[in-house]
Amino acid sequence: MNNPHHLNPTSLKSRFTTRFLRALTKIRAQKPISSSSPTEIFRRYRRIKAAADKSMAYSVRSRRIWSRAMLWKLRSRSYRRQDPCSGRRSGKTNQAIMKKSSNENTTTRREDGVGFVEEADELRQLVPGGETMNLCNLLDETAHYIKCLTTQVQVMKKIADFYSF
Amino acid sequence: MSSRRWRESSRTNISEEQITQLLSTLRQLLPEIPHSHSHKASSAAKVLKQTCNYIKTLHREVDDLSDRLSQLLATIDADSAEAAIIRSLLI
Repeated sequence: MNNPHHLNPTSLKSRFTTRFLRALTKIRAQKPISSSSPTEIFRRYRRIKAAADKSMAYSVRSRRIWSRAMLWKLRSRSYRRQDPCSGRRSGKTNQAIMKKSSNENTTTRREDGVGFVEEADELRQLVPGGETMNLCNLLDETAHYIKCLTTQVQVMKKIADFYSF
Repeated sequence: MSSRRWRESSRTNISEEQITQLLSTLRQLLPEIPHSHSHKASSAAKVLKQTCNYIKTLHREVDDLSDRLSQLLATIDADSAEAAIIRSLLI
């Protein structure tokens, strides 16, 4: 049922690259780029970041718990945005799944030596869908998630470098 | 190693061996940190902590790259030929 641990980097990379480039093209076409106000740049930054996550999640599809969780989050966010009554607030800010962890100053180690429970919980907040995972799934999903993140960074870096010259 | 730790997670019937294996898989993904004492007996807590830090680093990198791309976006062409070039570079 679960795929073996080795990821095929080529095909995931190419799926992500195709989707992401397509998304970048769309973002560029959305507004005239001549207006480079800080607000515009910030909006573009947000859209690009969302496109990167979306492209990755769609490239993995529902094969993984974390990708399913991310897809669900993306869909519910866009669904909310289409709703005119949803107000201007963008998305749930209380779910710090993809954002910085709030547990920077944590880990009071318990006496009985079950010291890694706090670390595991911190990890759960960093991996999409982590709160629902038992330890075994968490470790497995994390490995795959990290591989995908490094692919994402790799591709984005190559694109940025390519267009920097 | 205390066996109490594994009893805590026994309700999910995960064997200690499984955890160790998964942890070692994770450890191999982490960037190498020059340690004076990098023997295999690094604790689970350490590996998880390093994993958390690594993921946060990767998230930050994605943020920075998104920022960079937002500034470069004016030069990114919709031309399909260029996209094909990039694709060939990347794949």
